[in-house]
Amino acid sequence: MPRFRAWLSRLVGLFQKNKRDEEMNAEMQAHLDLLTQRKIEEGMEPGAARAAARREFGGLEQIKEAAREERVWLSADQFWQDLRFGARMLLRSPGFSILAILCLTLGIGTNAAVLSWIEGILIRPYPLVAHQDRMFALNATTRGVTGYTGLSFPEFFDYEKNSTLFESFIVDRIMGTTLSVGDRAERASGGIVSANYFDALGVRPILGRGFRPEEGTGRNAHPVTVISYRTWQERYGGDPNIIGRTQILNGIQHTIVGVAPEKFHGTFIGYSFTFWVPTSMQEAFDTTGYKLEDRSARWIEGYAFLKTGVTRQQADAELHSISQRLEKDYPETNRGHDLALSPLWKTPFNQAGNMTATLGITMVVVFFVLLIACANVSNLLLARSLLRRHEMTMRLALGAGRRRLIKQLFTEGLLLALIAAVGGIAVAYWSRNALVLAFPSPAAGIVIDLPGQIDWRVLLVSVAMCIGATMLFALVPAIQASHVDLSGALKTEGAGVVGGSGRSRLRSGLVLVQVSLSFVLLAGTGLLLQSLLRMQNASPGFSTDVIVSGADLFSAGYNVERAKPFYTQLLDRVREIPGVESATLARLIPFSYGVFSSAPLEIDGYQRAPEEQLNLSYIEVADDYFKTLGIPIAAGREFQRTDDENALPVTVINETMAAKYWQGKDPIGQRVKLKDRWLQIVGVAKNVNYESKLEPPRSFFYVPVRQNFLVSNNLLIRTRETPGAIRSALAHEVQALDPTLAPIAPFRVQEQVDRKGYTQRLAATLVAIFGGMALFLAAIGLYAVMSYAVSQSTRELGLRMALGASVKDLLGLVISRGMRLTIAGIIIGAIAALTLTRLMGDLLYQVSPRDPLAFGFALAVMIAVAFIACFLPARRAARIDPVIALRM
Amino acid sequence: MGKQKPDLVYGTLDMLILKALQYDPRHGLAVADRIQQMSKEILRVEQGSLYPALYRLEAQGWIKAEWGTSDNNRKARYYTLTAAGRKQLLAEREHWARITKGINLVLAGA
Repeated sequence: MPRFRAWLSRLVGLFQKNKRDEEMNAEMQAHLDLLTQRKIEEGMEPGAARAAARREFGGLEQIKEAAREERVWLSADQFWQDLRFGARMLLRSPGFSILAILCLTLGIGTNAAVLSWIEGILIRPYPLVAHQDRMFALNATTRGVTGYTGLSFPEFFDYEKNSTLFESFIVDRIMGTTLSVGDRAERASGGIVSANYFDALGVRPILGRGFRPEEGTGRNAHPVTVISYRTWQERYGGDPNIIGRTQILNGIQHTIVGVAPEKFHGTFIGYSFTFWVPTSMQEAFDTTGYKLEDRSARWIEGYAFLKTGVTRQQADAELHSISQRLEKDYPETNRGHDLALSPLWKTPFNQAGNMTATLGITMVVVFFVLLIACANVSNLLLARSLLRRHEMTMRLALGAGRRRLIKQLFTEGLLLALIAAVGGIAVAYWSRNALVLAFPSPAAGIVIDLPGQIDWRVLLVSVAMCIGATMLFALVPAIQASHVDLSGALKTEGAGVVGGSGRSRLRSGLVLVQVSLSFVLLAGTGLLLQSLLRMQNASPGFSTDVIVSGADLFSAGYNVERAKPFYTQLLDRVREIPGVESATLARLIPFSYGVFSSAPLEIDGYQRAPEEQLNLSYIEVADDYFKTLGIPIAAGREFQRTDDENALPVTVINETMAAKYWQGKDPIGQRVKLKDRWLQIVGVAKNVNYESKLEPPRSFFYVPVRQNFLVSNNLLIRTRETPGAIRSALAHEVQALDPTLAPIAPFRVQEQVDRKGYTQRLAATLVAIFGGMALFLAAIGLYAVMSYAVSQSTRELGLRMALGASVKDLLGLVISRGMRLTIAGIIIGAIAALTLTRLMGDLLYQVSPRDPLAFGFALAVMIAVAFIACFLPARRAARIDPVIALRM
Repeated sequence: MGKQKPDLVYGTLDMLILKALQYDPRHGLAVADRIQQMSKEILRVEQGSLYPALYRLEAQGWIKAEWGTSDNNRKARYYTLTAAGRKQLLAEREHWARITKGINLVLAGA
């Protein structure tokens, strides 16, 4: 307590400084008076008595200062003094100040920006949603199947009903449709959500209501929708009487019952949703049929909120025990099926997974940028401390303590860092939406949303970074500066080009740090660029020149009976268009964002292991699919027009599936059982990539669309024409069949392939940009050190010249010193890079983390940049006039 | 400035001031006088360190100060020991006794 009292008393003293000072003066004066009085009484002359009293008392001002320290909060008082003085010093050398602040702004700003992205995308991704710290993604898995396998609606209810540690479970399944308001039709993304969705999230619609409990169930029983604020404003003109209006969605009249608040975009990282419908409407929005009562149809993505105080481990244990009960009760569907929680930044079914690795690596990169920036500012301060040596010497001579000097230099550093932090946060604010630029929208009308968020947490870390940076960059120069040797202060520093005093050794050390950090970044950039190139050049196994088009029959309300003749006729007509080599249908295009069909499979003659789940993905395609996409058939044949509902059900499998389940035997003519129907294998197709170039080879099979008809299909066309050239012909054929339909604007499959590779592109872009910044900063640092070394050794260089050294010798001397530093830095950097690049794992595509090309690239760039940075000062050194130099 | 006199052991000044104020309120000079007198002139307080120490003790709430008049009718600031100060004095005495005992044992050792 006394400690706190003392602190408080001093704090109060800070505000009563003048009053307390007066009191103190009066008290000391009284003391002196008493002392003088005593001396007079002892028989001294009044004048001599006063002098004697003063002598006895000691140095009045020193005592006052020491006493003051106990009475007012001196350090705070000095801090303001230092701050004011620091500001004056910065203003006096604006060039230095601006350079230092720019470096730090770059360092702090990039860090704050990446932090705000991490905060806004990974940690608290959903604006307005309450308790995101207790919100977890439901990560359903099936033994033996990689990745997320989803939940069925009945399973979802089982977990909800049987758990006790959860506040709520919510369903949120992304889906797309075409939204036509007035005469404008646009693609829109929406969510199929459980009835408790808005209540569980704590999001209150600004108009109308959320969904009622009964609206979650009953097949197509509750056609109601909540629309987003943006949709309300842009598509309905902000109509205040919107509640109760109807809107046709996928052919069904929906009543608008609510408008979500402006900042609420839904709960899917990356996408800003347009509207939400309750789970009862699943069939209307899912192109693959009614699933609310099907335990094996796993389509649900969702989240759960834990009760306060419950840990994730406890919750996982409870979910696991429920899974085991379900496995016992429903062995057919639930064998090996399990549910666990994932933190939001590891959500398995949205962009979170992709962003985590990218943002993690970016964070490391910008941290390096900050370190390099700090080293630069350190260097600048060291150079300046030489100019201020006179000032420091003077202060020490006048009795300032070294601690006081260090404190003052720190305060100046802090001032620099504070200004830079303000600038840095402004940088972060401006770039909060920059990530969206790298993420292409999948279709017109669909809004991509990857906002950074600058909240108190980001601000706090930025302030901490600012203080940490000050410690880093101001420490060494401050200690250096306070060690001015009073007697030797007037001697010039004898730094030579070759040798180097303690100070220049220090600066060389800083450059070493910069060069090695830059080298790590360069190597990382090289690796990412190379894997990006490799990925772009790698063939997915099919022809990406194929053009995609068609019409959204599902949103237009077609049923299977109407869709069948439409597609048959469209295919016939398109095949007649001049220039078209072949055309086919497929439920999903290659590399689609959509989900392939999957179902439990029985394979004739294959003995399944007791724990094995045979749940394989497949796709519904029309005749000529393999020909159109250019996928070679390894054995048997591809689908033909005659593989229709009247013919024997058939399938084509891929090579991985053939090898895994038939192990060397010929699978042609064998049978597999899909949804109670035996399919005969008629062909084996070469492996291709189905969803991304990064996926490992997987078992996959194809079924004829005519034997498994669905309303939603894509038209794939192989032609020499461009998408633009074929557009009007396609529109003509679609509208000849149904004038109310708008054809989907044709595009090449390559575009979709590019979209799917955005993570790698984003990572390469970010690392290249920040790596470039780092390199630039390091080059400035190297240049500064070499310039300084040259300017300090003018006399030595002049002497060498006078003794007969040639211009070439001098150039060589300076450059070789700089290059020695660079090489040392590169060696340290290479060792660090070899350990660090291994962490990039998933972002690298067919590139070893120790790829010699990437390291060679880093080496070449580093040496080139270092050479330039050394050459400029070296040339200045070579131009020294020996006569002038020696006279100095 | 009494250079021939032994310096005070570091940190003991606070304790001595508290002791000097144990029975009567005193002003600064009187505190210095009292310490000198009680130590039979062996200890002499450097006046330069007296005031910082007084203010330190005041800030900690061990002593409190009021303006008053001295014997010869001069204005002076008088310091009084507080209840907390009394406790502190006791604690410091015990501590000091232990320390000196220890030191003496060391010095007396063979």
